[in-house]
Amino acid sequence: MTATDITHESIVERLSAQFPGKILSHDEPFGLLSLNVPREDVIDIIKWLKEDAAFQFIFMTDLCGVHFPEQSGQELGVIYHLHSLVHNVRLRLRTFFPANDPVVPTATTVFKAANWMERETFDFFGIRFIGHPDLRRILNVDDMDYHPLLKQYPLEDGTRTDKDDKYFGR
Amino acid sequence: MDTLQTTPPGLQEEKQYNTLNLGPTHPATHGIFQNVLQMDGEYIVSGEATIGYIHRAFEKLAEHRPFYQITPITDRLNYCSSPINNIGWQLTVEKLLDVQPPKRVDYMRVIIMELARITDHLICNSVVGVDTGALTGFVYVFQQREHVYEIYEAICGSRLTTNIGRIGGFERDFDDNVMRRIRKFLDEFPKVWKEFEGLLSRNRIFMDRTIGVGGISVEDALDYGFTGPNLRAAGLDYDVRVMNPYSSYQDFDFIIPIGQSGDVYDRFCVRNEEIWQSLSILEQAYAKLQQMPKGDYFAHVPEFYLPPKQDVYTKMEALIWHFKIVMGEVDVPKGEVYHAVEGGNGELGFYLISDGGRQPYRLHFRRPCFIYYQAFPEMIKGSMLSDAILTMSSMNVIAGELDA
Amino acid sequence: MGKRADVIQKQVELCVIHHSQLITHNSTIMAVKLVEGPEGHTGQGFFATSFDKAIGLARANSIWPLPFATSCCGIEFMATMGAHYDLARFGSERLSFSPRQADLLMVMGTIAKKMGPVLKQVYLQMAEPRWVLSVGACASSGGIFDTYSVLQGIDKVIPVDVYVPGCPPTPEAIIDGVMKIQELIKNESLRRRNSDEYQQLLNSYGIE
Repeated sequence: MTATDITHESIVERLSAQFPGKILSHDEPFGLLSLNVPREDVIDIIKWLKEDAAFQFIFMTDLCGVHFPEQSGQELGVIYHLHSLVHNVRLRLRTFFPANDPVVPTATTVFKAANWMERETFDFFGIRFIGHPDLRRILNVDDMDYHPLLKQYPLEDGTRTDKDDKYFGR
Repeated sequence: MDTLQTTPPGLQEEKQYNTLNLGPTHPATHGIFQNVLQMDGEYIVSGEATIGYIHRAFEKLAEHRPFYQITPITDRLNYCSSPINNIGWQLTVEKLLDVQPPKRVDYMRVIIMELARITDHLICNSVVGVDTGALTGFVYVFQQREHVYEIYEAICGSRLTTNIGRIGGFERDFDDNVMRRIRKFLDEFPKVWKEFEGLLSRNRIFMDRTIGVGGISVEDALDYGFTGPNLRAAGLDYDVRVMNPYSSYQDFDFIIPIGQSGDVYDRFCVRNEEIWQSLSILEQAYAKLQQMPKGDYFAHVPEFYLPPKQDVYTKMEALIWHFKIVMGEVDVPKGEVYHAVEGGNGELGFYLISDGGRQPYRLHFRRPCFIYYQAFPEMIKGSMLSDAILTMSSMNVIAGELDA
Repeated sequence: MGKRADVIQKQVELCVIHHSQLITHNSTIMAVKLVEGPEGHTGQGFFATSFDKAIGLARANSIWPLPFATSCCGIEFMATMGAHYDLARFGSERLSFSPRQADLLMVMGTIAKKMGPVLKQVYLQMAEPRWVLSVGACASSGGIFDTYSVLQGIDKVIPVDVYVPGCPPTPEAIIDGVMKIQELIKNESLRRRNSDEYQQLLNSYGIE
């Protein structure tokens, strides 16, 4: 493996040239380049990053959902972590969209690894991935009627009988 | 992938297939996995994996716990190597807090993590032995695993779900007893492991049974998000310890073993060699620790590191800090951090979003098992049922990590 | 005890010593502990006790456990079965992975709501008499996982005989739990499973 020979600036620069106006913002929390991109283009960007001969982001490390109820119009989000194993550079892509329209194109067309991670995100947040081959709940029971990791739902389901709230300060 | 697997003779599309429900509780699967298989005699035509049978909602739970209380949750991810999960989480928080623990802490962590890696690989390899019909090795090496657990017990008082260490370091230094036990393990274990290796690694029956079974090409492995020994067995030398060193792994000299075909035998050999490499790292770390003065076993972060009990009883400041930490009343900085460690099964990542509160706003675990297990139905297609069992156990799928 | 019984006792002791010399490797001679016989009446050539006790004794020392291991506690169970702790000493050598031939259902690990019906089905498949050992905090009460997806104790779906606390329990604790089950089995009346109370217990779980 070679040492880092692509810089964060070059990634942002070339991405902005390739997708003008689509890189909404970028920052580097703890040295990890993070880009905010619109959901319509996120898959194209991932695909381009994977196939680009210079960058070779050939590995999808992670995909997960987030929920920020206070960001109106951008409540829900999907976070992608990519890794260019050749250059040992990691990259984070964020895309946000409103909670009443939780739809994102699927990344399974680019990485097979996205399959279950998208199913998990659907299970937890109710985010629907358009074009996913088999978008069903994966971890929870099929007849569950809510998406538990959304912030409005409680952690417990209240079936525990041995907990007396007054001892727990709740 | 096709070239690696034997195609069943006379497989026809219009045939009637038997449906075989393997699991969720099946003695051969070593955990809670359900696979609904379409069988053509002994051959698997297609399979569908259903998971979630021990989904415990770690991610939601973590949003309701102060930072130090999340360490016990991480224990239960991959419970065959809990200390790696614990330390991975502590390193994540330390990254967020910008805490640099002293070198001694790093080396102590390396010792614990490598011991955990040994037990993890030991279980996996001995279970592969069991599934090929060699139960003796399993019973024999499990004795050694008990010795590692005794070391954990001497360090933190717990065996399996260790909750080892604290944010910022350790609650106490390694005492002479711990060092003596580590020394004893380092002296005894290689002999035992040599014997175990001798039983299987060049055993004709074992080789015939495992070579060419459950293989995966490196391209497919990358596409499916493989990491850890399973990816290395397919032929790519990706190891987080080397690519993004944490906890001073750059101070150690070791090699990353790789395989070629990614089959059961290669996975076995890669894990086997990794145990030898871990032993080498352990020797180095042991020597480094011996040369260091004792006592420097935590970073000075009073907001997160519990003060010694003696001070809590005698000093007001210590009591205040103790109270604040235990009641979870310490705010953390805002931030978004991803930190990965090399777990027993691959890249174990922690994606943490903190909104400046007392609990994580969102904590996502990148569980290596969960990501690579989705390739399982693809990998067993066309193979025999008994090979599918072997493939599963050699991938080392741990239910706790799979379902979170 | 009669004279004849004394002689037998002597012979048994001799056998024990002889046997123990055979099986020990070093100089310390370990006496093999035999199961104590039930109370009863002995005379010349006979020994009388109740069926309950004799059958209970046999059952208690030949339990076939069904390990229903889901998570961390299952790993500790592996250690319990291993050479170091060796559950086989208590007559539970033979793991029965088929519920049909099992006597003791050992539930080890978290039971999620998705798993609940499976657990119940396994319990139903077991033949009477059957016992249930709940190993670990998760199986007993949900443990630290008071969450939307976890069953808060397996006693919500099946009756439990003995609970073993711990997260996970040490192998010693698991062995202790098995010994408690042995005590229960030894002292169980043969009619218990036909009693109305037992039927009511099963009915309360929706089991006919």
